[in-house]
Amino acid sequence: MSKKNQNLIDRIAEEARKGRISRRDFMHYSVAAGLTASTATGLWTTSAAAQPKSGGTFRWGIHDGNTSDTHDPGTYLTRVMIFLAHTHRSYLTMINGDGSLGPDLADSWEASEDASEWTFKLTENASFHSGKKVTADDVIASLNHHRGDDTTSAAKALLTDVTDITKDGDYVVKVALSRGNADFPWLMTDYHLAICPANDDGTIDWKSGDGSGPYKIDNGEFGVQFSLSRHDGWHREGAYFDKVEMITLNDPNARQTALVTGDVDSVSQVDLKTMALLQRDPNINVLNVPSAGAITMPMFCDTAPFDNVDVRNALKLSIDRDDIIEKILFGAATKGNDFHHSPAQPYWPDDIPQREYDPDQAKSLLKKAGAEGLTVSISTADSVSAGAVDMAVLYAEQAKAAGITINVVREPNDGYYSDVWLKKPFCLVSWGARPTPDVMYTLAYKDDAAWNESHWQNERFNELLLQAKSELDDTLRAEMYREMAMLARDDGGTIIPFFNNFVYGARANVGTPENLAASWESDGARAASRWWFND
Amino acid sequence: MGDLTSLVFKRLGLGLLTLLVVSILIFFAVELLPGDIAQAVLGQGATEETVNAMRQQLGLDRPAPVRYLDWLAGAVQGDFGVSLVSGDRVSSAISERFINTLFLAAYAAAIAVPISIVLGVVVALLRNTLFDRVANVLTLTSISSPEFFLGYILILYLSVKTGMFPALASLKSDMGFFELLHRTFLPALTLVLVVTAHMMRMTRAAIINLLASPYIEMARLKGTPPWKVIVRHALPNAWAPIINVVALNLAYLITGVVLVEVVFVYPGIGQLLVDAVAKRDFPIVQACCLIFAATFILLNLMADVGAILTNPRLRHPK
Repeated sequence: MSKKNQNLIDRIAEEARKGRISRRDFMHYSVAAGLTASTATGLWTTSAAAQPKSGGTFRWGIHDGNTSDTHDPGTYLTRVMIFLAHTHRSYLTMINGDGSLGPDLADSWEASEDASEWTFKLTENASFHSGKKVTADDVIASLNHHRGDDTTSAAKALLTDVTDITKDGDYVVKVALSRGNADFPWLMTDYHLAICPANDDGTIDWKSGDGSGPYKIDNGEFGVQFSLSRHDGWHREGAYFDKVEMITLNDPNARQTALVTGDVDSVSQVDLKTMALLQRDPNINVLNVPSAGAITMPMFCDTAPFDNVDVRNALKLSIDRDDIIEKILFGAATKGNDFHHSPAQPYWPDDIPQREYDPDQAKSLLKKAGAEGLTVSISTADSVSAGAVDMAVLYAEQAKAAGITINVVREPNDGYYSDVWLKKPFCLVSWGARPTPDVMYTLAYKDDAAWNESHWQNERFNELLLQAKSELDDTLRAEMYREMAMLARDDGGTIIPFFNNFVYGARANVGTPENLAASWESDGARAASRWWFND
Repeated sequence: MGDLTSLVFKRLGLGLLTLLVVSILIFFAVELLPGDIAQAVLGQGATEETVNAMRQQLGLDRPAPVRYLDWLAGAVQGDFGVSLVSGDRVSSAISERFINTLFLAAYAAAIAVPISIVLGVVVALLRNTLFDRVANVLTLTSISSPEFFLGYILILYLSVKTGMFPALASLKSDMGFFELLHRTFLPALTLVLVVTAHMMRMTRAAIINLLASPYIEMARLKGTPPWKVIVRHALPNAWAPIINVVALNLAYLITGVVLVEVVFVYPGIGQLLVDAVAKRDFPIVQACCLIFAATFILLNLMADVGAILTNPRLRHPK
């Protein structure tokens, strides 16, 4: 090999060590530089792939924190609390970096044949920061915190099918469901379902902030910052940092400045408008991860004019998704196709034709529906997502080509989800990433769901939803989700322009794994236990 | 002096009445906001059942006047209740934040007040010179720019480009006093820039106003040097309006700094109030607003007392 190529490969390896290029790019460049594929693979594992190192204090600037946060897992709402929960508490299962489901407190789990009873075997190595072992009693009390008539938990809807939770010895938990649910272990990754120590009366002690996660809280103030140090009894891999400082940085500019000046090692969100500028800074890595979070635009299917499927489809055809992704998201999104199932979720059907911007077809559909020159109002607010108002205005411009007049109604940021969402017939909504299509469809598309935001009733869809829920055969399930996607796309009342990417940043000396989890920003909210310092 | 004491007590009594009215206004203003604490806390995840369960646990199902009187009964005994969201005592939730706010205000005031008064005297002395014009333009520019913008400019030049001061003013318990001053310098400087112009120009105007008086003419005629005319003869009579403006600006340093807190991530009381309003956490909102109202009442009172003490004529109203 020539000297020049050797230098080139050294440089590529150096870039890879710093985490600036992915394995795929590494292979690509190495082969181009004259290596064989197998040599390149060997080189990746021996030298390029960064090896985690222990030590250091990870200062983590997180957007969206509030002084009125609490440790009650039932009312976790802000990112700071969700990220803190993944750092100081444990869950039964966790979503791995590659999107698969992995063990956390539960070593293994299995279902009865109809998926209506699940057995979780807990690890015997896990302990709370107070020193107490994590046992079945803690798990049962923690799950029951979200059940029952007087619970105030936002996760109550998630566990309505649970009829009974029992233990079989100290390390086995059995959950009985009123109907089969093949995704139940995935549900256990929901951020509310953190395991807390049980009190003697079957309630949980959430106030003390005790948990069994990789780091224990040394001190902290809600809405300001938390200082944590490594929990020696952590029962899984990772937790390379000695200490973690989680700092609430709500102001986008403060976040960015802190990252640029090195006051923090990583921030959980980067302003899309300045993403390109940050990428030019050699001290900063911008991490851009496609997610299952989405912006939806639900139309009430039982309210005129949206009660006509042709009108709904005309509105879906009058939105130019590419334009919106380019102008509002600066490219940091995956194009949506009007069914709420993202490529970042399992069972994603990849063969469904993409709906494109087609004002002419929209016009003819409106003609068919006798609704030419349609005028509708869409409600939005800046609190839905950055650029939500701009996006609605852009959509209104695009829809003009189809002869549709869209009035953009700017609603107050405050109280948007209590006064606009589910009340106005056409609005913008932001959805966080859900782990599986079943969870998403059950929450917001099922006929009797409390949050059926489009009032969509489709018999076949609901039949398939129930069938797929208890189907343990993956191939059959994937087929069902494909058919449901088609139904939602062509009959449903929700426009899904895009699935937003998570865009966050880290200083160049922070090592990150090859795959970053897509469930939350900052590597599925687990940056503190999955990342490390390179030097 | 007896008049002064009775004035102070009269004003304090009126102040208490003002606080009562403020508390009623705040309570019903929070009631008027759309949504309530249960919806705000549960957010997008709220269902009717969980919202109702939470309302019941917090006692929000009782009518508003009953809840207000309940709170008032506690408040007159010095018990401001517990935060509805966290269950912590309001006093403990607020005290640390309020101390942070007072610290920043004191830091800024310690720089701003002497500088602006000295500057005011100097520009009065050198009025209509180049120095006067430049000082006026600069201070007016800084007061006319939004404070968050000033903050960003300072961050850009003193933090990002030169690295002289940290951009984040986050506090840690184990910081020494000088480290604390260093870390909070940029927010303090922002506040200094915001309040200096007002105080400086009032000092200048008050002094220039007096320079046309016959007794100043007299002092000049007997050959007193110009700086002595201003400092010894004009300034003592100019104190009343200056003290008033200083008091107003001090109140602003305590109550109006939420934007600066956000930009520099400083854990003060303004951010606490904004968060509490967003969550409809009434006891915290109420306590913060009463602190702000009391700040204004007390500083106004102090300004009046100060004006009377510096001007004996005011002690003998006709």
